[in-house]
Amino acid sequence: MDLKDKLLSSFIAFENNVDLDNPIHEVRSEAIKNFEEKGFPSKKEEAWKYTSLNNLQKVDFSVFPKQENTLEYRDIKKYFLHEIDTYKIVFIDGVYSSYLSETTHDGVDVCLMSAAFNKPMYKQIIELYFNKVASKDESLTTLNTAFSREGAYIYIPKNKAPRKPIQIIHFATGNEAALMLQPRNLIIAEENAEVQIIERHQSLTGNEVFTNSVTEIYAAKDAIVDFYKVQNDAKTASLVDNTYISQKDNSVVRVHTFSFGGKMTRNNLNFYQNGERIDSTLKGVTILGEKQHVDHHTLVHHAQPNCESHQDYKGIFGEKSTGVFNGKIIVDQIAQKTNAFQQNNNILLSDKATINTKPQLEIFADDVKCSHGCTIGQLDEDALFYLQSRGIPKKEATALLMYAFANNVLESVRIPELKKRINKIIANTLGVRVGFDL
Amino acid sequence: MLEIKNLHASVGDKKILNGINLQVNPGEVHAIMGPNGSGKSTLASVIAGKEEFEVKKGSIALEGEDLEELAPEERAHKGIFLSFQYPVEIPGVSVTNFMKTAINESRKARGLEDMPANQMLKLIREKSEMLEIDRKFLSRSLNEGFSGGEKKRNEIFQMAMMEPKLAILDETDSGLDIDALRIVANGVNKLRGGENAIIVITHYQRLLEYIVPDFVHVLHDGKIVKSGTKELALELEEKGYDWIKQETVV
Repeated sequence: MDLKDKLLSSFIAFENNVDLDNPIHEVRSEAIKNFEEKGFPSKKEEAWKYTSLNNLQKVDFSVFPKQENTLEYRDIKKYFLHEIDTYKIVFIDGVYSSYLSETTHDGVDVCLMSAAFNKPMYKQIIELYFNKVASKDESLTTLNTAFSREGAYIYIPKNKAPRKPIQIIHFATGNEAALMLQPRNLIIAEENAEVQIIERHQSLTGNEVFTNSVTEIYAAKDAIVDFYKVQNDAKTASLVDNTYISQKDNSVVRVHTFSFGGKMTRNNLNFYQNGERIDSTLKGVTILGEKQHVDHHTLVHHAQPNCESHQDYKGIFGEKSTGVFNGKIIVDQIAQKTNAFQQNNNILLSDKATINTKPQLEIFADDVKCSHGCTIGQLDEDALFYLQSRGIPKKEATALLMYAFANNVLESVRIPELKKRINKIIANTLGVRVGFDL
Repeated sequence: MLEIKNLHASVGDKKILNGINLQVNPGEVHAIMGPNGSGKSTLASVIAGKEEFEVKKGSIALEGEDLEELAPEERAHKGIFLSFQYPVEIPGVSVTNFMKTAINESRKARGLEDMPANQMLKLIREKSEMLEIDRKFLSRSLNEGFSGGEKKRNEIFQMAMMEPKLAILDETDSGLDIDALRIVANGVNKLRGGENAIIVITHYQRLLEYIVPDFVHVLHDGKIVKSGTKELALELEEKGYDWIKQETVV
């Protein structure tokens, strides 16, 4: 049985465990129909030309974990940003772990989707926001919607901000030979609210994991949302991250994606600007080696006047790694005075590494500023010589230059400890110690 | 200290140096002058070990040790310093952190421990004051957004920090106004004396009024065509390079 059939038959079993009278059930049923019709995307589709899911479909993934697994904090502490105090929403093999988590209902809600789905007090918000910005016809998103049951639920009311950043961490223990996870997150920042979120998927063994995640983010008028995706997973873990963001007037949403690990990663990051004077920022650093693959597909839809978007993705590709950047910007006719910037710069460190980069601009307004640029190059030999001539060995000099190359993406990270952590991961990925904290 | 014998070097098929002979003794300052394209900067880069250039013939030795097989960083560890004509910008790495890394890498190569932090700070303070460099400047990203003059002053600051045996200054005077030139020259002269040697590459006599050379060499078509004392620089300033070119043809 291939993965699609397995998922379809699992849906019947899934229905036995959920409340069929809940209006969400109808949404799930619609979604599974769409997935049944479309199936997994294939390389024949333009959007999936460079990323294949064929091998994943041959793996016998278990779709529901058979048992509840536990982890000791000391064994997994390093995956948390533990230098600062944070709220934590932690899942082990897709199941919420209350003893590793720290949630709150103190003025803001930092808790679980399962609670939001089932408790009457959240009903109205779920009806208002759940599956509203997420695609109803993209097959992997609808697959996730069909199985949506657990994930992070974050609701920040008007004029509020949680006291500290929120970490969402998904652990895979490897107790299953191969595990498929489908977390579903809903994040709502009401008017003038502010929130900072760090998300991480971490497999703890060499067993195969396939995560198909969907996150919906709603930023109301004047809200500020910072979302950091730390993708430094084991080399046997694959991730499809579908993130949908809806923004209203004057809101600011910044998504930083740090992609260093994993076997196959596909990021579908979609911004919809539904108001004026909106600021959307999409930044990424990708550093890959071996046969790793990362595909960034971004969309910014400018649907109202006077908005801005800033995209800056840097990629460093070694060995036989492959990268994709596809940045789509749509400017509707009504969206005059749009400022849309897009930049994608890449360094290839090996003859066998590949990057496919493509800007896709669809502009229907005439009074706009849109710029895009992509570069693919090798390391600057003159710069390398400069550093070496100061006594810095070639390996360290190379790492410093790569750090410098990726640096402006890090500048906008607003949690200093996170920035430090990312720098450390970069230094580790590059295999160097340069004598100071990068 | 430095002994260059019959040095031939090329980039690809293009021959740039065609048999350079140069002997620099401890304590000496040598000026190398010459028209554009004569091979001055190439000579500097070849001594510092830039891989782009291929040494076809001849040898370069520092204190009797042949440099041919040494990487640029190994030459730096042996005490060679090149002040770049066009220093490279390194965003995100501060001048201070860059210097710490450079100094400690050189110490590591000599089997020494990292320089203690307080000693490093003291050294940085002392050298930056000597070159009249603002403290704020030291926390800025290396060369990023620096003016031409700031870049050159920063090069000499790095030189002062590293205290090389042999410093090669490649067009350090370009981009400097007269005050900056005096400050930079002062920094260079502090290194002078004792065992250190300096090679000054320049188009103009101006810098040599402040850093007075013991010897002046004229480079043309990748060869030293004339050598003399500081008076030769004055003569060049007055007459230009054409007479030397003609002399060479004859």
